Amino acid sequence: MAYSEQVLDHYENPRNVGKMDEQDAHVGTGMVGAPACGDVMRLQIKVNDSGVIEDAKFKTYGCGSAIASSSLVTEWMKGMTLDQAGEIRNSNISEELALPPVKIHCSVLAEDAIKAAIHDYKSKQ
Amino acid sequence: MKLPIFLDYSATTPVDPRVAKLMCDCLTQEGNFGNPASRSHIYGWQAEEAVENARRQVADLVKADPREIVWTSGATESNNLAIKGVAHFYHKKGKHIITSKIEHKAVLDTCRQLEREGFEVTYLDPTTDGLISAQQVADALREDTILVSLMHVNNEIGVITDIAAIAEVTRANKVLFHVDAAQSTGKIEIDLTAAKVDLMSFSAHKTYGPKGVGALYVSRKPRVRLEAQIHGGGHERGMRSGTLATHQIVGMGAAFAIAQEEMDSDNVRIKRLSERLWNGVKDMEEVYMNGHPTQRVPGNANISFNFVEGESLLMSLRELAVSSGSACTSASLEPSYVLRALGMNDELAHSSIRFSIGRFTTEEDIDQAIELSLNAVNKLRALSPLWDMFKDGIDLDTVQWAAH
Ligand SMILES: Cc1ncc(COP(=O)(O)O)c(C=O)c1O
Repeated sequence: MAYSEQVLDHYENPRNVGKMDEQDAHVGTGMVGAPACGDVMRLQIKVNDSGVIEDAKFKTYGCGSAIASSSLVTEWMKGMTLDQAGEIRNSNISEELALPPVKIHCSVLAEDAIKAAIHDYKSKQ
Repeated sequence: MKLPIFLDYSATTPVDPRVAKLMCDCLTQEGNFGNPASRSHIYGWQAEEAVENARRQVADLVKADPREIVWTSGATESNNLAIKGVAHFYHKKGKHIITSKIEHKAVLDTCRQLEREGFEVTYLDPTTDGLISAQQVADALREDTILVSLMHVNNEIGVITDIAAIAEVTRANKVLFHVDAAQSTGKIEIDLTAAKVDLMSFSAHKTYGPKGVGALYVSRKPRVRLEAQIHGGGHERGMRSGTLATHQIVGMGAAFAIAQEEMDSDNVRIKRLSERLWNGVKDMEEVYMNGHPTQRVPGNANISFNFVEGESLLMSLRELAVSSGSACTSASLEPSYVLRALGMNDELAHSSIRFSIGRFTTEEDIDQAIELSLNAVNKLRALSPLWDMFKDGIDLDTVQWAAH
């Protein structure tokens, strides 16, 4: 399979790889997917008191497109408010990365991870 | 661009240059281009002689009589001819066939077709090492069983089936035994005067011959009957019509003759290389060789790198031409049915890479494969939440996954 330049770039140089303390009240964690399906994304956001995402980290088990999708959204989310981040759609991700139809589910998973992380953060407040 | 290192000899092999030369001599006006079925002139006679010489070469490698070799277009066709041919000829005797869950699709899909035609098929489960035993076959036999079809060497995991032992069971029970030997010629000794096998499929392109040609061994003593699947001019004693492709057949014969000459020396070198590969990666944590540790051909190393997903691994290994146990091409990624039949969990199946080593593999190729694999696995584990969880001592089987 041929990969787009954008996917290759994120795959070769993934942004914001890492892990934050899940217990921290300022951190929201979203873990989506399943090993049996071949992809698991863990997306974490650190939100300041004015509701702005200060930092985002990810780790992903999955194909190159899944890694690139999660890497891309960590870049996008930094500096966004929770509401803005909640508006990121899988179509934005798949467009930016030029994902082929068989890889659209990777961008769907990334959107799910964003929602799960926001939900986790809100439920802690 | 630097070409990727070819470590996919189980998928196909390059034609040996000595073989290619002989094939080219059977194409043009100056060469041996005649129709082997032409009886009235020397062009036909010469072509026929070349075809019969190749038939002897193929028969010699497996200790068969040349009259027991039927040319086909490859192992896929041989499997179809053997299984459908037996089923359609012997259906009045019974409608039950035994095979296994780890056969090549050319066998499995043929069996599925026969199920649609009213046959019943039993699919044996291999052990976690990938073996099918003679006892399992004996236990699955029924009054109406007409055929057992099993592969000699598995294309994904390289394990060897004890066909001689299974043949004792089938012969004693007057059931025909077909063996798909596409992956074993030139790798292990085959002796059809000793093993009581009735039908055996061969492919040229797994043994340094050309693609698009194969053969089916059809035993004469005891005599096995087949219903033809391709009808026409009555070539190959009516079992497979169609003008014989002299150049392809000459290529297969020459490749099998070289295999016979060089099998032992090839095997020594290939075994050393695959041990070098395994020794180079096995000290990483959570690395597993799939399939039986010793009852296997040396050229195949199917290795799972746990907590790393196969397709991303292949992406990191773009300088290697290898294949993966899974393909992430749809929303629900399908791990290899062979690895799954071994009872392997999906993560481990998704994380497998098949390295297959052959005649032209060098030590430098292997050293580079080791280095690339170590780097790729370390990089991807640093990215993997599953690896983190494993390192934190979390049992992944106890996690509630939000499956999608
Ligand atoms: C075990 C086995 N059987 C059958 C085949 C099909 O052979 P061919 O490509 O000659 O049709 C292959 C190769 O793909 C194989 O590995």
